[in-house]
Amino acid sequence: MYPVEFEYLQPSNLQEAVKLLQQRGEDARILAGGQSLIPLMKLRLARPRYLIDLNGVSGLNYIKKENGHLLIGALTRHAEIEASSLVRQEVPLMHEAVRVLGDLQVRNLGTLGGAIAEADPAGDWGPVILALNAKIRCVGPGRERDVEARDFFTFAYSTALQTGELVREIAVPLPRQPNLGTYMKLELVAGDFAVAGAALQADIDKDGICADIGIGLSGAGECPMKASSVETMLRGQKLTSAMIERAGWKVQEVSNPIADLRGSPAYKKEVLKIVFCRALKHLVEMRAQVST
Amino acid sequence: MQKEINVKVNGKEHLVKVECRTLLIHMLRDDLGLTGAHIGCVVGKCGACTVLWEGRQVKSCMVFAVQTSGSEILTIEGLAQNGHLHPLQQAFWDLDAAECGYCTPGMIMAAYGFLQKHQNPSDSEIKHAISGNLCRCTGYHNIVKAIKKAAGELEERENHG
Repeated sequence: MYPVEFEYLQPSNLQEAVKLLQQRGEDARILAGGQSLIPLMKLRLARPRYLIDLNGVSGLNYIKKENGHLLIGALTRHAEIEASSLVRQEVPLMHEAVRVLGDLQVRNLGTLGGAIAEADPAGDWGPVILALNAKIRCVGPGRERDVEARDFFTFAYSTALQTGELVREIAVPLPRQPNLGTYMKLELVAGDFAVAGAALQADIDKDGICADIGIGLSGAGECPMKASSVETMLRGQKLTSAMIERAGWKVQEVSNPIADLRGSPAYKKEVLKIVFCRALKHLVEMRAQVST
Repeated sequence: MQKEINVKVNGKEHLVKVECRTLLIHMLRDDLGLTGAHIGCVVGKCGACTVLWEGRQVKSCMVFAVQTSGSEILTIEGLAQNGHLHPLQQAFWDLDAAECGYCTPGMIMAAYGFLQKHQNPSDSEIKHAISGNLCRCTGYHNIVKAIKKAAGELEERENHG
């Protein structure tokens, strides 16, 4: 279980990192937390000839509130997001999700940017940023661009990042009040990726009508999935048990889970409906407890 | 591709020649002779290799040794002071929190890091803290009890100087 030999590069700033990444192209991989990359390298499923350690680059680790957004640097550790009272207060969906991501050790090193760039179909951050309609700020040779979360995940373990590009920051629009967000996930063992998971962020009025909703699903396909058609179905609707049930069936319909060690597509579809419905019911209950 | 790195382990400076691909666990065990950290699964799931890197619990099979150059590492061998067991080690002993002992060093290091930052933890907080450490023998019950006991011990020491 040893990786193939590689050269270890330690850029001291972002420009240098981008330059190295662009020069080495397909032969290079970025090392952020390494909690997904290093296992892949040990299994030799990833064989970079150059490993560009981003951890020496400063200025990529921060959580701040600015212009109606929560801005999180790509190298911010999951553990830091978990401990952040700003995150807990402003985007409780993120707090809920990060608590069940991996385990303590993984959260100490793993980063938000790295997790998103790894684009695991069963990862937890993907669905969350999809539900929140976040923007991924990418930096490449001579340019910076924003990619909407819905356009970021393209294929299994693949993203819209081009050669030489890396994730610099994730910008999350601050949810409206009352802040109704939740993440529900089934995992086979503690610390595992999801069998299936549903991230929801909703705007529900006092009569139980869904003004707006964002839905991200994990384990529902080859990459983290935004359930846009389910969102459309629910907008403007009263969230009765019957409506939630119908939406659950729609989630099954639009999902296309891959078969793997965690389950068959049929099993995952079953689980998806359950976690989605539970999550949505939970939000309705949360809303009912708000006075106005 | 070889690199020479300097790393402080359990308070002592070391200059080690490693390959870029050498994992931290292998450097600790094979180059430094610190075999307390164990290799349980190799795939980063069991936590038996847990050590503290700059005060944070990490699985040393998921870190390259070269990443730790210039930093500090604490392993199980670094806990006992002047021949006295750390309260965690003592509690594990007193409450039979180890059977085969394979998961134990990693379990204790995970708990050590946790107790550095948390006083008076609840059972569920302890369980959350050790969720990255698998034990095939004990069923975790005595482990949680031992960590709770050690937490009390450490708090008392803190209060009574």
